[in-house]
Amino acid sequence: MTVITDFIHLLLLLLMPPLLLGVINKTKALFAGRVGPPLLQPYYDLIRLMRKGMVLSTTTTWVFRAAPLVTLAAVVLAGLFVPLGPFAAPLGFTGDLVLFAYLFGLARFFTTTAALDTGSPFEGMGAAREVTFACFSEPALFLAFLVLAKLSGTLSLTPMLHAPLTVPLFGLPLASLVLVAAGLFVVLLAENSRIPIDDPNTHLELTMIHEVMVLDHSGPLFGLILYGAAVKLFVLSALVLHVLVPVQTGWAAVNWLLFVVEMLGVAVAIGVVESAMARLQLRHVPTLLVAASLLCGFGFLLMLR
Amino acid sequence: MWFYCIVASAVLVATSGVPGMFLGRRSSGGQMLATAMVVAGAGIGIAAAFAALLSGAGATVQLRGPVPELALHFRLDPLGAFFLVPICLMGALGSIYGISYWSQEHHPRTGQRLRLWYGLLIAGMALVVLASDAIAFLFAWEVMALSAFFLVSTEDHKKEAREAAWLYLVSTHVSTLALFALFALLRVACGSFEFRLLEPGQAGLGLRTAIFLVALFGFGFKAGMMPFHFWLPSAHANAPSHVSAILSGVLLKVGVYGLLRTLTLLPAPPAIWGGLVLVLGTLSAVLGVLFALGQHDLKRLLAYHSIENIGIILMGLGLAMIGQARARPDLIVLGLAGCLLHVWNHSLFKSLLFLAAGSLIHSTRTREIDLMGGLGKRMPRTTLLFFVGAVAICGLPPLNGFVSELFVYLGLFRTLDRSPGAALAAPALALVGALAVACFVKVCGAVFLGLPRRDALRPMHEAPSTMTAPMAVLAAACVLIGVFPSTVVRPLHSVIHLWNPSLKEDPALGALAPLAALTPMTLLFGGILLVLFVFARVSFARRVTRGSITWDCGYARPSSRMQYTASSFANTLVELFRSVLRPRSHEPKLSAPFPTATSFHSRVDDVVLQGFLAPLWHQFRLRLRWLRVFQQGSVQSYLVYILVILFLLLFLAIPLKDTLRAIVGTDVP
Repeated sequence: MTVITDFIHLLLLLLMPPLLLGVINKTKALFAGRVGPPLLQPYYDLIRLMRKGMVLSTTTTWVFRAAPLVTLAAVVLAGLFVPLGPFAAPLGFTGDLVLFAYLFGLARFFTTTAALDTGSPFEGMGAAREVTFACFSEPALFLAFLVLAKLSGTLSLTPMLHAPLTVPLFGLPLASLVLVAAGLFVVLLAENSRIPIDDPNTHLELTMIHEVMVLDHSGPLFGLILYGAAVKLFVLSALVLHVLVPVQTGWAAVNWLLFVVEMLGVAVAIGVVESAMARLQLRHVPTLLVAASLLCGFGFLLMLR
Repeated sequence: MWFYCIVASAVLVATSGVPGMFLGRRSSGGQMLATAMVVAGAGIGIAAAFAALLSGAGATVQLRGPVPELALHFRLDPLGAFFLVPICLMGALGSIYGISYWSQEHHPRTGQRLRLWYGLLIAGMALVVLASDAIAFLFAWEVMALSAFFLVSTEDHKKEAREAAWLYLVSTHVSTLALFALFALLRVACGSFEFRLLEPGQAGLGLRTAIFLVALFGFGFKAGMMPFHFWLPSAHANAPSHVSAILSGVLLKVGVYGLLRTLTLLPAPPAIWGGLVLVLGTLSAVLGVLFALGQHDLKRLLAYHSIENIGIILMGLGLAMIGQARARPDLIVLGLAGCLLHVWNHSLFKSLLFLAAGSLIHSTRTREIDLMGGLGKRMPRTTLLFFVGAVAICGLPPLNGFVSELFVYLGLFRTLDRSPGAALAAPALALVGALAVACFVKVCGAVFLGLPRRDALRPMHEAPSTMTAPMAVLAAACVLIGVFPSTVVRPLHSVIHLWNPSLKEDPALGALAPLAALTPMTLLFGGILLVLFVFARVSFARRVTRGSITWDCGYARPSSRMQYTASSFANTLVELFRSVLRPRSHEPKLSAPFPTATSFHSRVDDVVLQGFLAPLWHQFRLRLRWLRVFQQGSVQSYLVYILVILFLLLFLAIPLKDTLRAIVGTDVP
């Protein structure tokens, strides 16, 4: 049974991420009254990029070429620790939450150094913003982990994230979970460079974070980066889902279906946020992220009583 | 047996600089001999240390001094042996590195002196961790502290180095003064200068708290704990790089050692002590990395990172102390393991980074990050080694920094059930990790990547292999501990057992932390990376790849000076934390339609030194001007002072009443 679960986990982790991007884009198109690109457009993009040639800046070194690979490997490995829906994750041990968070740190280290490798001022700016905002989302993530660890009494992601399902929820733990859910959703938006933190659609504009960092990557390397970013979105969405909608049914097949629907729901929610809001001014982003930390912090305080 | 080996090795190391003094100023023979002596001595030291760590046993020896009642006690136990390992390893590697970095040929004026003090510094540190009574400890401590002073002032023709050395000298003596007080108090408490466990009946809580606070002050000063860190950045920046590696990587840890040793002597610590150490550690970690972000000088930046890492070490220690007070073996084991392993880890990666910085300085002749750039292509080996050190110091998997931080994290999360206030240090540690990534991305990017910011005056060269080989050893150790963390469990348990004798591998570190799981995780990570690499090789290699300039948005004449600088990179964070960092900048004013050339510079000064101590000292100088009457520089008057003090002391020593009685013959009222 676990073999099948792990297999489905791996399949979803590797194949589903671009679909989320497609759903987000479709939602935004609907809000804007357009038809929008097909749902599967991100897949077509990836396949096309994989077939293309590359232009490499002569300034760059091995860091530039290694970064997309390291980033993708780190994100995929992190994805193996997060349980999808009510099923246990393929990997898990005491303290895997720290490894999970630090794998994203490793990915960030290499994405940003690759950006600096080009010597372009734009990419430098993007890298600076990426590392700056991460300094505010990391504490929020760990405060959320504290709440979940307190709730579940364990230090492993699968039981921690399943705690909202298993622990009877009423009163203060429920209130604290609501706060944590709000905080984590902001972290999800920030870590994936979505509106209101960053606008993934405005190429070459200066206020961008993720897209501007990968300006010089092209062809298959760029494809790997886009794919890695999609996997990151998938993994963090799956993480947030446990706190946002802790529901399950008795049947495994229904649970998988429910999980997929919930994931698409998160994508729609991100699309709605992106359609309804404008990007924040860059200097206000830290305030938003500190607010997210505070939400998680208050959630933690409520747990202490 | 091992003990005598260590004494022999200490003598060998201490005298390593002596033969060179008798050889010519330009001859490299003395240097080779000194290196050989240090390496041989250090090799014996490491072997002895590992023997003690693996067996868990100790050995004591007593040296009779010339003065009766004054015997020096030395003892090799697991705690001392644990610190002896980095001392010997860095001592040997630094010495090898020095062959090319500070060759006698190129530094005829300072080379001999440098090696004399270098040997004494290593031997002094080794004796500090071996000493088991106050007199021997203070003796070794002063040898260590003074040698470090002479090493910091190696380049005493530079004003900056002289000032740094004086600041260091004053600070180290403040710390020594505190240690005098500490040992006096210990003597009051237990009636002996030997280190032995105080019985709870011997000293009340007040006295024990006083001992603890004095130790925290004195050893914290030496370890560079905030807010007693102000002497550290300039001293570590101005010493020759292989000495900086020792100062930052090893010497600071001797302060941590002192604190750990003192705590083994004090019974039943209350939880509030642990809380204090945890808070100070968190403060050091966060502020250390913040100040590091604001630096432009590569070595000052690395020095501030040492403050950060000392903070992480102290967080582990504080956690262990809380565990000790609350009778929580899991917290003791995790906290102490995090503290101790981070001591080793930091000495590995910080020395690696300082040595790599030395190679850069050797090649570029500058310490300014914003003048470097694009060195990755010219110094590929140094670049790779620096990247290993950078990933390790950020605590990122799969290298060693991650393992020790994981222990601390796990310990902090485990406080959730009983004392959840301590758990709030976990998000703070996450903040530290993210800031460290920001800082090292800045350094790696600005120094190694992109284009050179300044046309080199001379062709930059890769460091010779005597310089890269020691770095490679350190990098390999970082990878080894990161990938196979189970290898360090045995030494850690020896020390934990010594620190708290009731804990003999129960609970085992392997049961509390996922040591066995980390190795397969790393291999899995490596496997995924390998698959991706093979995929990339197979699928992209045949694609058309062409080189071009970096996309410049159609701007016709990009220049390397348009690159984002390290200062700009860190600017957002520095501005966000401006209330603590207080950055100062000189901004150009443009007035006329055709403005003339102007300049911009910004700096982040040390808030304790520039904001608090400098004004204080200024006030002292003004208010105490009259005291200068006594200091006129004439030897005669100084002799008179000595005479007066001598008479005063004699006078105090004479039992007046008894003397009078003897003279007068009757009782004096």
